[in-house]
Amino acid sequence: MKRKETIWTAGILLVLLVLCVVLDASLPSYHIAVKVVEKASVYALVAVSMNLLNGFTGLFSLGQAGFMLLGAYAYGVLTIPVDKRPSVYQYFDGGAIQFSLPEAFSGFLGEGAGTVAGMLAALLVGGLLAALFAFLIGLPVLRLKSDYLAIATLGFAEILKAFFQWNALGPITNGSNLLKSYPVFSHPTAYVVLAGILIAFIVLLINSTYGRAFMAIRDDEVAAEAMGINLARHKRMAFIISSFFAGVGGGMLAMYMGTIAAAPFKSAMTYEILLIVVIGGIGSITGSVLASFLYILSSEWLLRGLDSGSFLGINAPGLFKNGFRMAVFSVIIMIVVLFFRKGIMGDKELPDLFRRQSRRERPEKGGAGNG
Amino acid sequence: MLKIENLHVAYGGIQALRGISLEVPDGKIVTLIGANGAGKSTTLRTITGLVKAASGSIQWNGEELLGKSIDKIISEGIAMSPEGRRVFPDLTVLENLKLGAYLRRDKGEIAKDLQWVYELFPRLKERDWQVAGTLSGGEQQMLAVGRALMSRPKLLLMDEPSLGLAPLVVQDIFSIIAEINRQGVTILLIEQNANMALKIADLAYVLETGTITMSGTGAELLANEKVKEAYLGKHKG
Repeated sequence: MKRKETIWTAGILLVLLVLCVVLDASLPSYHIAVKVVEKASVYALVAVSMNLLNGFTGLFSLGQAGFMLLGAYAYGVLTIPVDKRPSVYQYFDGGAIQFSLPEAFSGFLGEGAGTVAGMLAALLVGGLLAALFAFLIGLPVLRLKSDYLAIATLGFAEILKAFFQWNALGPITNGSNLLKSYPVFSHPTAYVVLAGILIAFIVLLINSTYGRAFMAIRDDEVAAEAMGINLARHKRMAFIISSFFAGVGGGMLAMYMGTIAAAPFKSAMTYEILLIVVIGGIGSITGSVLASFLYILSSEWLLRGLDSGSFLGINAPGLFKNGFRMAVFSVIIMIVVLFFRKGIMGDKELPDLFRRQSRRERPEKGGAGNG
Repeated sequence: MLKIENLHVAYGGIQALRGISLEVPDGKIVTLIGANGAGKSTTLRTITGLVKAASGSIQWNGEELLGKSIDKIISEGIAMSPEGRRVFPDLTVLENLKLGAYLRRDKGEIAKDLQWVYELFPRLKERDWQVAGTLSGGEQQMLAVGRALMSRPKLLLMDEPSLGLAPLVVQDIFSIIAEINRQGVTILLIEQNANMALKIADLAYVLETGTITMSGTGAELLANEKVKEAYLGKHKG
């Protein structure tokens, strides 16, 4: 039974990967479908990282955009080629940092492999930087509960956004100007595979004893403590791990966007991700992944016409103009929240739906028969 | 052997324990009875380190427990089944039980203890896939006890295992407590159901507003007029 499930899961993943490769080969890289896949992969990763914290550990944090910003900046700062730096940092005398990881790695790994290794290393540094910040702000902030934690983390993200635009940091962050000209992955397959691997790590973590401890804390802090689970340590661990993946996701988002500025990493971005987590189902990894693809697909593609004059063949430039898409989105969200209270997946995973006897619904007889 | 001496605990300005002393010898069932607010739960919570003591000492096999972290205390062989059961409602029975063994790393032995718990509570085995929140009250209590046993404790602290359970289920729970004790686990039991508790206890203490007012064997206290009047009542326990 278990074996069969693993084979099925592997099969489905393989089919999805092949689909992605086909898409990659048959469509030009600027095609909207390609862009949707790229952005949705990144959002899926960040949504899953947020779910690890909000859904599995029960810590309601809204700092995701801040950690993504750290990852994005770390990626940009470390990967802009040295000869492009004078033009990027034109207001700051070419910037303070005069090396780039992809070029450094190319030195001993060769051009192609070295560039990729350097880019991956920069993503990793971005993740580690986010993790370091999570550790530092976690010390005071994780003593707070529920809404207060959300407010504090949201504030942290906003402060960080302002801080990165500060002129004095210009030689590194380029102040309020754009970071650009850094190398990016131009194939959607790269995004899908990278996000997939990182999400797999989170899944492994959730299924480990640590994951169980996180869920125990979510369910009942006192009882978890009575089991010998060190609350402060485990909360900090969940916070740091979640932020690490958000940081890497931020770096990947920087690749997708092509330029980095602090402005897009506003609280609205965190809300988008929170929305994906809620729509997908708090406590469901596959729900988050599914929801992020659905959300990005509709917001970037299907509902785009609502902002640009014509939708489903209806031409109404007076009504369908900038911002109308978001109004429609709000209605959709209200419907989801009213009628699918636990999101698309609740706290089930996709394989649970195919299983004859899911965790929650295994029939009485099945249990007795096995026992 | 657990030895508590002159233990004081206060919540803010309120004195919960005013210098209690008691002993829990190895292999025995010791019960602590008393009314609401007498300090029974506080005593247990102080032993496990969930509540900090103001002064006094708690010695476990000669080692001082006060000041040690909870995980340290639990890994030294003390487990608690908390008041109101407090199972993890969204996790399955099996996941709840595995969490009881959270501090252990000996996989083979954990599997053995899981079988042991399933033998004690066959009902849990039937429902190992079920989410704990959907169990009945009695089953949840069994799960809470089973979960505590998964740390393979030498001393099991039980806080009101009969709370909110039907009389028949209470009898089941108490016969299992006696069985667990027969298998070598020392038990410190807190109860409002003084009748049941005193019947299975080797030693008993009566706690009133933070001080111990009486002690003796279970049978002695069961026969004591004052105890009868205050805790056993004329009709039933």
